[in-house]
Amino acid sequence: MKILVAVKRVVDHKVNVRVKADETGIETANVKMAINPFCEIAIEQAVRFKEQGSADEVVLVCIGPKEADVQLRAGLALGADRAILIRTDEEVQSLDVAKILHKIVQEELPDLVLLGKQAIDTDNNQTGQMLAALTNMPQGTFASDIAFTVPNTVKVTREVDGGLVTLALSLPAVITVDLRLNIPRYISLPNIMKAKRKVITMTSPDSLGVSLSPRLTTLKVESPPVRQAGVKVADVAELVDKLQQQAKVI
Amino acid sequence: MAILIVAEHDNHTLQAATLSVLTAASEIATHISDTELHLLIIGDECQPVVAMAQGITGLSKILVADHQIHQYPLAENIAPLIVSLVQEQGHCNDEHQEFDKTQYSHIITSAGTTGKDYQPRVAALLDVAQISDIISVESADTFNRPIYAGKAIATVQSSDAIKVLTVRSSAFTAASFTAGSLTTELLAIESQVPVVALAAQADSGKSAFIKAELTQSSRPELTTAKVVISGGRGMKNADNFELLYTLAEQLNAAVGASRAAVDAGFVANDLQIGQTGKIVAPDLYIAVGISGAIQHVAGITGSKVIVAINNDPDAPIFDVADYCLVADLFEVLPELTAVLKAKN
Repeated sequence: MKILVAVKRVVDHKVNVRVKADETGIETANVKMAINPFCEIAIEQAVRFKEQGSADEVVLVCIGPKEADVQLRAGLALGADRAILIRTDEEVQSLDVAKILHKIVQEELPDLVLLGKQAIDTDNNQTGQMLAALTNMPQGTFASDIAFTVPNTVKVTREVDGGLVTLALSLPAVITVDLRLNIPRYISLPNIMKAKRKVITMTSPDSLGVSLSPRLTTLKVESPPVRQAGVKVADVAELVDKLQQQAKVI
Repeated sequence: MAILIVAEHDNHTLQAATLSVLTAASEIATHISDTELHLLIIGDECQPVVAMAQGITGLSKILVADHQIHQYPLAENIAPLIVSLVQEQGHCNDEHQEFDKTQYSHIITSAGTTGKDYQPRVAALLDVAQISDIISVESADTFNRPIYAGKAIATVQSSDAIKVLTVRSSAFTAASFTAGSLTTELLAIESQVPVVALAAQADSGKSAFIKAELTQSSRPELTTAKVVISGGRGMKNADNFELLYTLAEQLNAAVGASRAAVDAGFVANDLQIGQTGKIVAPDLYIAVGISGAIQHVAGITGSKVIVAINNDPDAPIFDVADYCLVADLFEVLPELTAVLKAKN
């Protein structure tokens, strides 16, 4: 079984992002970048399947600038076999990402495509579902457990609003992963060295025959309204008094 | 032209989130001349939901796809249904015009896990972008939505003919039912909203529902509760969450949790509040033993009043809280419960 894992390079989740003064976007110069945490979980899961013997090959695919090879090397050090970097310096919106991944799926013919459920920068939560639509594959979104049971079927436990739901999907399928699926391993130094010898194939949206057609224009990006600094209360009595008399919420 | 609202329900009751989506849809409608609101109900034996929908003001039409294949919402079955509706309707109503003139300008649903699941699939099949989790409407094609865990608000304009949207329900007040006191029978007589039954569709055969493990709770629903009390890592163990439930009893509050509390196994994951969990905007949010990581704060900043109870005076939660109590939660919670009980 071949597993394709989509990886996104994003601002590290610990960075306290700042809105640019001209309101065109987020300050990303000299900001620490990392693999999107959800994508890291997807890579970890694919590598675990390989270790368990249910997968033969784990291929990473990333759309981004040249610098994204740092994140792909990290993914290879986690245990993936090889990687594909679709180089572009432009912003690629979810629908175009799905179209590019669709081309890669047609070339690679994976049995399973794993993605994170959302990227922590755009917070869109769309790409996996869009890819499933374009490839006409079933989708298992927000997965917290994935199991191969009967041949050509994958059982996916999904995190939904009321609890958990389990679905059976026929393969090939697209699965997007939730935080609870696994805890990604730490990368060891020997694995970093090994990853240097693994292959990253470079291509571009153009050579895949996808012309980017952004449909959404970001008119401006602003800081959210700042909450007023609160007051310290001394004890429970004062808290209850404030909530009743001042805030009038109880 | 019309706006298609896809209802969220459990085959018995219309979810409150749908009423907030209706408000968002009405706001969009004010920017378009001559538009209608159509509600689509996809389910199995979902007549009670249809009856409830009859009581909503402002709807011009209710479309019902009541079929066994929709017993559990599967994106593989829902998406083609919505897409066929958009395309068919366009064909029927604009016979003399070009086919691509569809009847629907917007397809809109709530950003719950169900909507997030099928809506992008709909968008891709229609070859249009989706705008996720909108928090306000600027015009018929321009919306505001949070990015970077709510650390920034982006104003986004769509150039697509059909706008596919999901709505953050906590950002819009719920539309009211016209006739809360009317019985279903009376509604059937008085209501003028035509109900259109849609033809059954074939099952995709690609996915199947196996089982659901839903959290049973007598507490109000987290995303619509007026008061929410949340516990974090500071609760130390699952048993201590009882302290929160006892307090919640006094305030008729819903109980939530931080990721740390969920990962530690104190509570089920559907109680998680934050960037990757639920977004709440109650009148009163009480954070107990929660440090206030960016990802958690992303889920609560819409709250009217935030109270933080934490023994660490430097906890970041105090930067967003209106009332801060630096104290041991194990002393404060029983005391607070007792004071409220005395008042009640």
